[in-house]
Amino acid sequence: MSRPNNGRVFSAVLIKDLRIEFRSRVLMNQVLPFAGLVMIMFAFALDNDDVLQRVAGGLVWLATLFSSLIIIQRSFAVEAADQALDSLRVAGIDLAGVYFGKAIALTIKLIVLDFVLLVTAMLLYRVDLTGSGLVLLVTCVLGSTTGLGFVGTLYGGLTAGAKGRETLLPLLLLPVVAPVLIAATRATEAAFASGGAQTSEGWAWVGLLAVFAAVFGVGGSLAFGPLIDE
Amino acid sequence: MVSEVISFVDAVIAYDNFPAVAGATFSVDSGEIILLQGPNGAGKTTLLRACAGLLPIARGNATVLGVDLKSDRATVRSQVGLLGHSNGLYQDLTVAENIGFWSRLVGAGNEDIAQAMRLMGLSERLSAVKISNLSAGQRRRCALATLIVRRARLWLLDEPHAGLDAQGRDELDKTLRSARDAGATVVFASHEIDRAQALATRRLKVTSGVVSEA
Repeated sequence: MSRPNNGRVFSAVLIKDLRIEFRSRVLMNQVLPFAGLVMIMFAFALDNDDVLQRVAGGLVWLATLFSSLIIIQRSFAVEAADQALDSLRVAGIDLAGVYFGKAIALTIKLIVLDFVLLVTAMLLYRVDLTGSGLVLLVTCVLGSTTGLGFVGTLYGGLTAGAKGRETLLPLLLLPVVAPVLIAATRATEAAFASGGAQTSEGWAWVGLLAVFAAVFGVGGSLAFGPLIDE
Repeated sequence: MVSEVISFVDAVIAYDNFPAVAGATFSVDSGEIILLQGPNGAGKTTLLRACAGLLPIARGNATVLGVDLKSDRATVRSQVGLLGHSNGLYQDLTVAENIGFWSRLVGAGNEDIAQAMRLMGLSERLSAVKISNLSAGQRRRCALATLIVRRARLWLLDEPHAGLDAQGRDELDKTLRSARDAGATVVFASHEIDRAQALATRRLKVTSGVVSEA
């Protein structure tokens, strides 16, 4: 048997992760309702249209981060349940392909999550979106979810076999994704024109999101294998 | 085709700096079913994991499928199938999807999936059943089918009978003989002495890290 190439591993893992989500519907039945509930609770807590419109971007990305923790843990719980990831490891499968497959599957789930959160924000918080703001927002979502997908897969894999992984993952992950929270919030505020912000101001933050995604894409693919192999 | 599948000469396998297997010398030929016998902690699992390329050879020489374990463990890993106490299956996927996942990984086709399922006695009816709804024996057979679809030439099984009922054990024995007939070599550790002895073509005794003919 020849060693599986990266492309085959990537597509097999991507299809498998999306199929598991399609079957189990954890995103649809648990994560999206949770994220929607968080957005509603923010609205109750702040209870002021002006304030909500100004901070809508930050609330969307806070809800994304909290919800992403559930998705990441679920992504690795299915690997740990019957030690499936261990089987891939011992079979000599190239783990960089596994990393990219799981990261892109995670990114797709986060894009679905963000779409729902942004629509919820527009309806609940009454924020407006212009044509140029929409382009900025879509780019911002792509950049930030890709970055979160990469870093989430790296840290999810790192904590998958650890004791107390449910609490360890947020402790390790949240400080690392602080730049994504800041950049995505600023770019979303610019897209929503919150507090008089200009759409053009958001592109620099999107650049930061792209750099973050690139760094964790490359670094994660190099580190994931040795981390899982330990 | 390599006739000598495993060759260990004075091989020392260290596990966390402790020599779990000390100076093992033995060989396994193609088509054999080898039983590793010995008490708990004797080094059976260490030996199986070393043969799978998961543990380094600290001293001595060791080759698996003609590949030097000291210099190229990655190649060995891709050519052997190691099955421990867990099955490595995805509970939310069906039998066919689990086997299909491995088939996609290694670039095997639908014919390979059908053949693996046929050899493992996994009927068409079972192919659409989720793993979480299968019995322990059926899960085990599905896990073994993934080894077939991977075209693993050497099967390394740690306590394969554990957790199976009498019927499941019978099915497993039949499965391993079928795998041998299909060209695989099997090395397994088991505490089911009577059953394992009937299945094995040869036995190796592992005692305190020392391997000898039983």
